[in-house]
Amino acid sequence: MTNEALQQTILSWFPDPEFLQPQFTEEGSQYLIVNVEAEQLHELMQLLKSNPETKFDYLFNLTGVDYGKELGVVYHLESTVHRHILVVKVQADDRENPIFDTVQDLWATANYHEREVYDFFGIKFRNHPNLKRLFLTEDWEGFPLRKDYVDETNMVVK
Amino acid sequence: MNSISNMIDWFVSTGVLNMAMIALIYLTVFAVLGLFLVLLERKVAAWFQLRIGPNRVGYLGLFQTIADALKLVSKELTGTVKADKFLYNLAPYFVIVTSLMALAVFPFTRDLQAFDINIGVFFLVAISSIGVIGILLGGWSSNNKFALIGAMRSGVQTISYELSVGISLLTMVILTGSLQLSEIIEVQKSGWLIVQGHIPAIIAFMIYMIAGTAETNRAPFDMVEAESELGAGYHTEYSGMKFAYFFLAEFINMFIIAALATTVFFGGWLSPFGITDSLPWMGLFWFLAKTFVLVFLMMWFRWTFPRLRVDQLLTLEWKYLLPINLVNLVLMAVIVWLNLTIQI
Amino acid sequence: MGTATLEPTSIKKGFKSEEYFINMGPQHPATHGVLRLLLTIDGEIIKKVDPDLGYIHRSIEKMCESNSYQQIVHLTDRLDYLSSHINNEAVCLCVENALELEVPERVKVIRTILGELTRIASHTLWWGVMGMDVGAFSSYFYGFRDREMINDIFEETCGARLTMNYNIPGGLMQDIHPNFVKRVKEFIPHFRSKLPEYDRLLTGNIIFQKRTKGVGVLSKEDAINFGASGPVARASGYSCDVRKYHPYSALDKINFTEALDTTGDSFARYKVRIAEMWESLAIIEQLIDNIPEGDHKVATNAVIKLPKGEFYQKVETARGEFGVYIISTGTKNPYRVKFRSPGLSNLSLLNHIAVGGKIGDLVATMATIDIVVPDIDR
Repeated sequence: MTNEALQQTILSWFPDPEFLQPQFTEEGSQYLIVNVEAEQLHELMQLLKSNPETKFDYLFNLTGVDYGKELGVVYHLESTVHRHILVVKVQADDRENPIFDTVQDLWATANYHEREVYDFFGIKFRNHPNLKRLFLTEDWEGFPLRKDYVDETNMVVK
Repeated sequence: MNSISNMIDWFVSTGVLNMAMIALIYLTVFAVLGLFLVLLERKVAAWFQLRIGPNRVGYLGLFQTIADALKLVSKELTGTVKADKFLYNLAPYFVIVTSLMALAVFPFTRDLQAFDINIGVFFLVAISSIGVIGILLGGWSSNNKFALIGAMRSGVQTISYELSVGISLLTMVILTGSLQLSEIIEVQKSGWLIVQGHIPAIIAFMIYMIAGTAETNRAPFDMVEAESELGAGYHTEYSGMKFAYFFLAEFINMFIIAALATTVFFGGWLSPFGITDSLPWMGLFWFLAKTFVLVFLMMWFRWTFPRLRVDQLLTLEWKYLLPINLVNLVLMAVIVWLNLTIQI
Repeated sequence: MGTATLEPTSIKKGFKSEEYFINMGPQHPATHGVLRLLLTIDGEIIKKVDPDLGYIHRSIEKMCESNSYQQIVHLTDRLDYLSSHINNEAVCLCVENALELEVPERVKVIRTILGELTRIASHTLWWGVMGMDVGAFSSYFYGFRDREMINDIFEETCGARLTMNYNIPGGLMQDIHPNFVKRVKEFIPHFRSKLPEYDRLLTGNIIFQKRTKGVGVLSKEDAINFGASGPVARASGYSCDVRKYHPYSALDKINFTEALDTTGDSFARYKVRIAEMWESLAIIEQLIDNIPEGDHKVATNAVIKLPKGEFYQKVETARGEFGVYIISTGTKNPYRVKFRSPGLSNLSLLNHIAVGGKIGDLVATMATIDIVVPDIDR
């Protein structure tokens, strides 16, 4: 499916203009990007996976990003049937307690990747069955991949 | 003075001194033999694996394992804190003593036999099953889970495969009518037993070699150690000389299995077609030559085959080897009864 | 990485008295590095596998944020060190795409040849270790014999045998050695004659087949669901070769068949890797005679600044799909770099396929998943 067709399909799932709508952009990226609000994330993801037209059954990348003010998660999705790619982005303003719905019930691979994001960014995932640190020790303080993380002994900042 | 000479007289007259002397010689010879078997294994492994193998210590690396043994002797003996100290220390002796004891009954040539008892084969089978107690003790008393798994595997494995070793030997005993090893060899003057017993003897030999390899816990039946699964298995917590005992016992056991096969299937020290009958000392050569061919065969197994899984190991024994063996036993009895053996 | 508690509370829940824990690793021959598997075992039967990661975590993604794009390339060697060339290539391609830089054909062809040689080298090592994991020691040395020839080619080409650092954004660091073509051409018939030897030693062995057939079965749906890639996924019938679907470098002009199997067990994964070695040979053969003349690089600025935006590049390493995701704000350093490692996704399905098997099965399954721990930990 082309990017335009994808955009139309996804928009048709959210017809009510009263509600928040996913925002599309292709700027500065080779893939189509969907910005979605945290409340809509799980619903959109479920539709993306289950709808036979989109059928995004392969989550090939899940990245946590610290945008400075907001924390976000980027999902790279691919369909093994249609071979189209979509990037879903979600952001939270709350740096203290950022929380999104987990997608590990849709893609089992998200289990480890969400743990990794939790480990490094402190982003929590609602309903995740085993949300604990993946790489660092349980008693590690702070979230190292955040931009405001300071570790004077181990980090050399140029 | 008188009492001392009396005592010496008593030792000499009862043969205790002789026994002690022989025991000492045997111990020395077979400890060194064990070391050189290790070297042989390493050389064979190297040959199979496109390597050179040990070649630095001494001429062609001949003293490599001597150096290794010296290293092991001088090493600190470490162990776990919560080990059952008494059993932990006892275990290696069980293993090494039983394997050295078994060597006493082998006739290396007509006159070179320490202990010619009339139940030789039975003695060997009995003694070889004591060794596993040492392994079980070692694995259990180490207080290490990997060692425990290894020891338990060893238990099931040795108990299972002992049946096959025993029955395949029993098949051959039907042919000889004697358990005495020297007599078994006498019988073979009219043809090695593997020829006399033809088909059932060959089957018995194959089963014996499979089960014998399993008895010695060597690959492809090295479930007990299984580096890639258990680290080092039952001897995980042993170091220095205690480990060396386990290690040496494995190689001496391999020699015993091969030597027994030589005695029971391939005519022991008898030369092929009697070509060196006029030279009795050549018997030692023939015995060792045949034994080392079989030792080489076992090394060949080890460096070629992957390891079985523990349930496959038991399936092989209880579903295949044991029934075949029992049928083979009956077949041999029928052959002996109908006088279908091949006599040269 | 768990703290030093012996019995983590999360596992204690629903724990039966017949079961016990065993720590496989971080120093264990079968975990191939510093990976710790916390096993719950009932006798010999695996009840749960809980991987504990992070023993070799170096935070390469964080390091990338304060390094230039040329420097990042060198860090990727240390991810999956057996596919170092392909990892380098991924970053270079990502940067080149972002800069809209067209590299010479010569560079593309050489990159592809070296990438396939890397794949063969990685698979021969895997084959040797696979044999060792199931108890056949000799295979290790046979695998290394052939890998040695490839490593010699690498050494002559760029001076390094493992972490190659041969790619730079814009091309190659130097031109290939004059002997390169000759030696690769020597290698191809040599390896063609040796691959059947691999089959004789392991593939056809009845014990080996018994150990791997029906062990660690992964269905196609699960493979996709767990994000599996590379030979692990292809053995389950999931066609996912990045070289086919998103061809990069010179791969779009190459004819090759993707190695596929449908059974999804350890033996299928084994066969797929063997088939991949044949395919890689075929790819090299198509390219080695036609290395175009030309420059080995195009000039880039000394300080590379990527335009504002985000860039993703996926490549097929020996282990599966490796992805580089760069978010740039237009400065000389990337704002965020994420490496999508094939190992982490492939490892995550271990618990799913190993439960119910014996300890020996777990080892065989781990060997066919072919994990490289630095790739998982990053």
